[in-house]
Amino acid sequence: MKKIVLKKFRLTKKVFSFPYILFLLLFVIVPLVLILVNAFLDGDNRFTFDNFKTFFTSPASTIVLGNSLLVGVITTAVCLILGYPVAYILSKMSSGRLIVLLYVLPMFINFLIRTLATKAIFIAMNVELGMGTVLFGMVYNYLPFMIMPLHTTISSIDKSYYEAAQDLGADKATVFLKTTLPLSVSGIISGITMVFIPTISSFAISQLLSNGKIFLFGDSIQLSFEQNLYGVGSIMSLVMLAFVLVSNLIMNKFNSNSDNVRRSLW
Amino acid sequence: MVKKIKAFFEKFYLFVILAILYAPIILLVIYSFSNSANFNFDNGFTFDAYIAIFKSDKSPELWSAIGNTFLIAAVASVISTVMGTFASIGIFNLGKRSRRVVENVNQFPIINSEIVMAVSLMVFFVTFAFPEGYLRLIIAHIAFCTPYVVLSVLPKLESMDPNTYEAALDLGATPFQAMTKVMIPYISPGIVSGFVMAFIMSMDDFIITQINKGAATGINTLSTYIYSDARVQGLEPFWYAIFSIIFVIIIAALLSVNVVKVSREKKKAKEVKA
Repeated sequence: MKKIVLKKFRLTKKVFSFPYILFLLLFVIVPLVLILVNAFLDGDNRFTFDNFKTFFTSPASTIVLGNSLLVGVITTAVCLILGYPVAYILSKMSSGRLIVLLYVLPMFINFLIRTLATKAIFIAMNVELGMGTVLFGMVYNYLPFMIMPLHTTISSIDKSYYEAAQDLGADKATVFLKTTLPLSVSGIISGITMVFIPTISSFAISQLLSNGKIFLFGDSIQLSFEQNLYGVGSIMSLVMLAFVLVSNLIMNKFNSNSDNVRRSLW
Repeated sequence: MVKKIKAFFEKFYLFVILAILYAPIILLVIYSFSNSANFNFDNGFTFDAYIAIFKSDKSPELWSAIGNTFLIAAVASVISTVMGTFASIGIFNLGKRSRRVVENVNQFPIINSEIVMAVSLMVFFVTFAFPEGYLRLIIAHIAFCTPYVVLSVLPKLESMDPNTYEAALDLGATPFQAMTKVMIPYISPGIVSGFVMAFIMSMDDFIITQINKGAATGINTLSTYIYSDARVQGLEPFWYAIFSIIFVIIIAALLSVNVVKVSREKKKAKEVKA
């Protein structure tokens, strides 16, 4: 009798995952399905395609989309240009692993606090709040997210590649262009994803640093739900979701080439 | 000579970036002793801003926000840790196919942008008429914290030698005993780091809380209270003091944790060499 009970228990150890599976279904999957459903509903819960029409034709949403992409691309590019040398120099230093923490540390301070701090300084310095300050705030906020994956990738490159290239007669620039740069592509892609997606979907940062003049995707998603425009808000969320999935797909394509163990969605 | 100049420029560059990253933080800490919002010392050196944390007309609201932050973080991270730990044991024993599906769904709250997760939960709560307030907030926090617990417990289970668990059974332990006396102690570092991560994530959250707190309830956490108070009139001096305290706590905690970690690894490396 006892043995049967034992056997049954061992067989059903997977049952432990059922509460969480139910939880995921209820609070992760169903909400996303609801967003999808709401995208096709008008104010009176009738089926419609009007939300798509409104989103893709209204100048307000195209401006937001354009602004988001512009801020996202510039922020990502600046972070990459500023962050790559930091990661590269640190990877050559013996104490680089400890020093990189100093660059990553601001990540752990709430972004709202950091944004309001920069805003207070801009106001004290009489800098006019606008696109410039928004870009500064974004770079300031997301630079650590670029440095972290870059440093991890570059410092894990086997040093013998450089030596081999040098032995074969490559000068310093060639060594960098032909070994370091190609071998750090997966880090570059991770860095780009970790900066671009949060930037375009950021909520409150651009609003605060431009005194409400510049709205990005995250802000307008929140705004449309606040104004009870569930349909348009849902479409914006779906567009954002598409960005997330595509960038994740690209990131995993590049990461699967290296021996990265990060589990992918695909 | 060229090498020296190059090394100097490299150090200089590192320093400039570091200075930019820390300038706002350091300035805020310095001027937290000025009791002014305009970065001047017209009021002289004073602790008034720190005193205002306890004795100003905003103190009650501020302290209720701080209390809420800890309450929600504590409840959400404990539930996340328990659910996530059991879930990991279950997921580890699932079939290959279903395991992959569950792990991918578990990944979703992590890769998804916060704003989309926030509004999707909000639509869900409104559609099914969940009561506004703590219930919504705690469910939302559990939803984005638990994946991190699973991610830190699962690798521990994977690295465990299945023979130790089998051995416990062979030596007469019941499956329950084998789990509590062998498996759980082995994976406990993963459980602890998952719990810490969940607690920090919950405390740090702004977007999901802001969108799901409901305007009518008046519930604020520290981050949503900062937003509602500072968005309109900018930062009052007492915020400088609070931010300074938060900076010092976070920087001290992270540096000490990491210095200990790195020095321990170095020690280990030395032992291996010897």
